[in-house]
Amino acid sequence: MDFAFTAEQQELKRQARAWLSDRFPLDRDFDAPQDDAWAELAELGWLGVSIAEEDGGTGLTFLEEAILFEELGYALYPGPYFGTIALALPALGPEERAAVAAGDVRWSGEVRGLVPWLGSVDRVVSRGSAYDARGEDLPTVDPSRPLGRLEHGEATPLAGSPDVARARAAGACEAVGIAQRALELGIEHARTREQFGKPIGVYQAVSHALADTYADVEFARSLAYWAAWCVAEGDEQASVAAAAAKAFAAEAAVAACERAIQVHGGTGFTWEHPLHRFYKRALWLEGFGARPAELRAEVADAVLGVAIRV
Amino acid sequence: MDLRDTPQEAAFRAELRAWIDANLPEEKRNWRGGSQRFDDSFGREWSRRLFEGGYAGLTWPQQYGGAGAPYSHQAIFLEETARAQAPPHIGVIGVGMAGPTIMVHGSEEQKHAHLSKILSAEEIWCQGFSEPGAGSDLAAVRTRMERRGDVFVVNGQKVWSSFAHIADWCILVGLSDPDAPRYKGLTYMTVDMRSPGVEVRPLRQITGEAEFNEIFFTDVEVPVDNLLGAEGEGWQVAMTTLLHERGTLGFALTAALEVAVNRLIDVARENVNGDGLARNRVAQEWIELQALRYTNYRALTTLERTGIPGPEGSVAKLRWSEQNQRLTKLGRELLGPDGLLDDGWWHYQQLRSRGNTIEAGTSEVLRNIIAERVLDLPRSR
Repeated sequence: MDFAFTAEQQELKRQARAWLSDRFPLDRDFDAPQDDAWAELAELGWLGVSIAEEDGGTGLTFLEEAILFEELGYALYPGPYFGTIALALPALGPEERAAVAAGDVRWSGEVRGLVPWLGSVDRVVSRGSAYDARGEDLPTVDPSRPLGRLEHGEATPLAGSPDVARARAAGACEAVGIAQRALELGIEHARTREQFGKPIGVYQAVSHALADTYADVEFARSLAYWAAWCVAEGDEQASVAAAAAKAFAAEAAVAACERAIQVHGGTGFTWEHPLHRFYKRALWLEGFGARPAELRAEVADAVLGVAIRV
Repeated sequence: MDLRDTPQEAAFRAELRAWIDANLPEEKRNWRGGSQRFDDSFGREWSRRLFEGGYAGLTWPQQYGGAGAPYSHQAIFLEETARAQAPPHIGVIGVGMAGPTIMVHGSEEQKHAHLSKILSAEEIWCQGFSEPGAGSDLAAVRTRMERRGDVFVVNGQKVWSSFAHIADWCILVGLSDPDAPRYKGLTYMTVDMRSPGVEVRPLRQITGEAEFNEIFFTDVEVPVDNLLGAEGEGWQVAMTTLLHERGTLGFALTAALEVAVNRLIDVARENVNGDGLARNRVAQEWIELQALRYTNYRALTTLERTGIPGPEGSVAKLRWSEQNQRLTKLGRELLGPDGLLDDGWWHYQQLRSRGNTIEAGTSEVLRNIIAERVLDLPRSR
């Protein structure tokens, strides 16, 4: 039993945190068109993490990708990394993978009729085939992650199929990053904002809400890393672990943002403050694919057996 | 990262399972805790068997009669004994709190006198910390300890003391210098519970059982040699005790919770199998059990790598207590009107769970600890 990242994995996490906070700082202009820095991601090797070396990747595992998903969430990265790596990659053959690793092609996947970043990716995995990304982005709760409805053109066969557990584990990791950032913003505000002559973090009504967020974040992190390990190892629990992790982490991220907004008072409710951007990403993660209650129904099927109709 | 047992851990687990099969009679695999710990003589017998089998004090150093095993073995032990619904070692206060404190602060004579008897269950210990006026605020204790020659004369009242009515010894914190600044006037000592002037009165709880007691000290003479640490250093010694209370506690709690979740799953299968809402709530409890389990594993890995428990472990008791309250209530609910009947398990566990958010650190104190020590928020007092 060894439940911690290796020194190399911790170094990757540190590097990702540093690069992302420099390239996607919290005080950036979120309303301007967002550059997804795709070529830089390719250069960093992030697009080929789990792609074999002979296909131009680095031949690592989903665990390293999980680390990146958490950090991309923490930085509120706007580009289609989730679409390409979480939704599409498992379905792609060697040539398509090589093009992904090189940063030449952006992908997404259709899930329950919706395609993230439809207006900005090149190709889409849908109904067992690949399609050109035709169709428009629709106004979406998180504008940095628009959804669209694919106009199906010519179908191209795929080498593999999407991996639902992997996508859910990725979403869970991203949610952990969002929740962690919301917690840190809440702590920072509670330490510095003064009312009645004291920092508001002195008041237990405030500090206990943040303590509960911390407990939620750590639980979400444990489930997300467990799911990521199961996916990376092809463990038989991967499916139930990923459902559990996504259900819990998405709700934890939403709750973390809601508590952070409350702790910030009126400031937290303004367009100017970045908290609402994190909140909207959390809501997106909670609602995309299967909602927490649907995921818990899957968990119930796994632990109770499939329901008997009465 | 590897979430499987190492070959060494797997061997220990297999050996332990076989040992439990050979030593724990089938009819004793339904341990529900509470006053059964005192009323069932098997508790003491089982503790002796654990000692003889080498499973008492797994993480204690070998020089004190322990196995000197890594924390992961203690975690496996707690998991496997809970899955077998085996009784815990009856000397939980001695093994988990008094013993480790004696190892750090005790004299050679004290170590020799007590440590191996704690493991063998020849000595049962209780804790004399809380008082009617000093619950979460331990530094407010008023039990007086007056030095008179070679003895301290102790007068005062302690409360919420489990095992006191069967205990041989007590770890006691009191006030030796009322004029000293807060934290500086406290002294820590061991007290023979058979000393003249010690009186124990059981306290009946909402379950109807009496698990804890009040202890009254009236002119009790305690030899100076019984001090743990120096006079006036009681606060620092007490912190050693409380640190050990939280050590691998998370694993014991998680293991007990797993038993409850498995019972909940059984109830749900029989009673509400087609009820989607009930299934969703049962699934949530299963998910949070996994979250608690893997959070413990993360804390354990940090402990084994660095010697210091990870901060994530601080949430274990807080979340366990709230989950145990929620899920025992759900168990009662899923039984329908029959949930009102005393079935010998859910009825007891649900009422008992109300103490979980109060004992061993209230949820309010635990949230303060997380806020101040983990999140580094300004102190509330």
